[in-house]
Amino acid sequence: MKVFGENRAVDGVDLTVPAGTVYGVLGPNGAGKTTTVKMLATLLRPDGGEARVFGRDVVKDAAAVRARVSLTGQYASVDEDLTGHENLVLLARLLGHSRSASADRSARLLDAFGLTEAAGRQVKNYSGGMRRRIDIAASILNTPDLLFLDEPTTGLDPRSRNQVWDIVRAVVAQGTTVLLTTQYLDEADQLASRIAVIDHGRVIAEGTKGELKASVGAGSVHVRLREAAQRPEAVRVLTETLGSDVQLDSDPVALTARVAGHGTERGAAEQAARALAELARTGITVDDFALGQPSLDEVFLALTDRKKAA
Amino acid sequence: MTTATTTTTSDRAADDHFLDAPKAEDLASLLINKERPPKPSALSASLTFGWRTVLKIKHVPEQLFDVTAFPIMMVLMYTYLFGGALAGSTSEYIQFLLPGILTMSVVMVTMYTGVAINTDISKGVFDRFRTLPIWRPAPMVGYLLGDVLRYVLASAVMLTVGMIIGYRPDGGPLGVLLGVALLVIFAFSFSWVWTMFGLMLRSEKSVMGVSMMVIFPLTFLSNVFVDPKTMPGWLQAFVNNSPVTHVATGVRELMAGEWPAADIAWSLGWSAFFVIVFGAWTMRLYNRK
Repeated sequence: MKVFGENRAVDGVDLTVPAGTVYGVLGPNGAGKTTTVKMLATLLRPDGGEARVFGRDVVKDAAAVRARVSLTGQYASVDEDLTGHENLVLLARLLGHSRSASADRSARLLDAFGLTEAAGRQVKNYSGGMRRRIDIAASILNTPDLLFLDEPTTGLDPRSRNQVWDIVRAVVAQGTTVLLTTQYLDEADQLASRIAVIDHGRVIAEGTKGELKASVGAGSVHVRLREAAQRPEAVRVLTETLGSDVQLDSDPVALTARVAGHGTERGAAEQAARALAELARTGITVDDFALGQPSLDEVFLALTDRKKAA
Repeated sequence: MTTATTTTTSDRAADDHFLDAPKAEDLASLLINKERPPKPSALSASLTFGWRTVLKIKHVPEQLFDVTAFPIMMVLMYTYLFGGALAGSTSEYIQFLLPGILTMSVVMVTMYTGVAINTDISKGVFDRFRTLPIWRPAPMVGYLLGDVLRYVLASAVMLTVGMIIGYRPDGGPLGVLLGVALLVIFAFSFSWVWTMFGLMLRSEKSVMGVSMMVIFPLTFLSNVFVDPKTMPGWLQAFVNNSPVTHVATGVRELMAGEWPAADIAWSLGWSAFFVIVFGAWTMRLYNRK
């Protein structure tokens, strides 16, 4: 269990990260994610507040914290002039491994990361996906108890991104706690069990994925009509039965309506069923009707809008 | 793997496409071992960082330009420029000039340490070093250890050129080695001034600018080129007490086969001063950064 609490560009971030899980810190550019991570990894001193990692204070007991954490920063945190192999050997030596153990561990990591071919090449000649891998490999030379991943997939293509996700899953499976920052909601959705949403240096929401989604409503119904001409009528029916705003999609036959969640008499599915029955009764032909969980995108936009309104 | 330097952007895109998927099981078997070796000693960590500097030289050998071509130019330029006018002949002058110009050149190339550190900080690798559980000054000491190699190389190059054009050290190999040793100790210590500037200033250009402001007066206002006796009194006061003068005199006399106890003591005293004051200042900045 770790208790975190910071300040300033980051102004009041109170987080508790359960050990052995992936904790997602989600926020737009400039929200304070990197600053938070840097303070926790002992790179920046907080100007106020306190943060503890595995019970150790990040300022007073920085050396003890450093012994148990690893950081993969937003920029390649390896030496671009050296080869992949040299980087790993260098860091392994600095962690106290013998010369032969360092070479051995480096070779095995490069192999596990599919980088054996590129081992002898300078990192500056690596592609984006390869850099990310060598970066993460450098962070797990010693299995860390806590791994900070600062936007690990920003700028990667979907394939490389999936592979980074696989690596993160493999790391967590061995008991390492991961604190992941990301701007991508689907990344947090895929990997994290708990998520904190940060904006302007403050936590605006925190909880499990389910909790966050539930906080903005039970979900949305997505409706596809046979004929575009019937859409205005469908909007009227849905507004009346669901009592919420209806969004018109760019597709002229599609529309989406939010279903109110907790605190209503009827469950979301029951409300949706009533809406469908009402559409049929009015003589509107519905080709497709689906009740979806809100995406984290919807959660995020709803939360940041709410903050602005307040 | 063998075409390291010719990789182009299109190759990189292709790399990503053919990049093998990570092997989760192999990874798991690596991660399952949670043993941590004991933290390396201060010396071992510093030497490892020194090794990093050597690897960088291996990959980018052009960076040795400042300790090879630049010193050769200094020796030739000043010997033939001033030799006839100041000492009657170049062969006379080289006896006086070489140890001094050696001191001046090596002290001048120390300033690249600050530039190197500043460049590193702007990249992410520094963050990684700072989160490692190692002796805190190790990365800095490592830079300077790597630089010691550069100073030795510069000295060897200049002595060789000097010998070719007529320098004959009366102290023999031992005197020359002692002279170089004194110079390298001083250069290592003086470099802490640059590590401080490298950490303090925000861009490579400003580090370069400040370094020039310090290094030019410090090296030229010394007894490297001429005996200070003809200088005005106020300037003599500065020149005679400048660390560069003490080191230049120490090196000159050691190489001539003498034992300049006072200048050696002054040189080592200044060295200690630089390490204690600027070393501490550097580490303060490093920890606060």
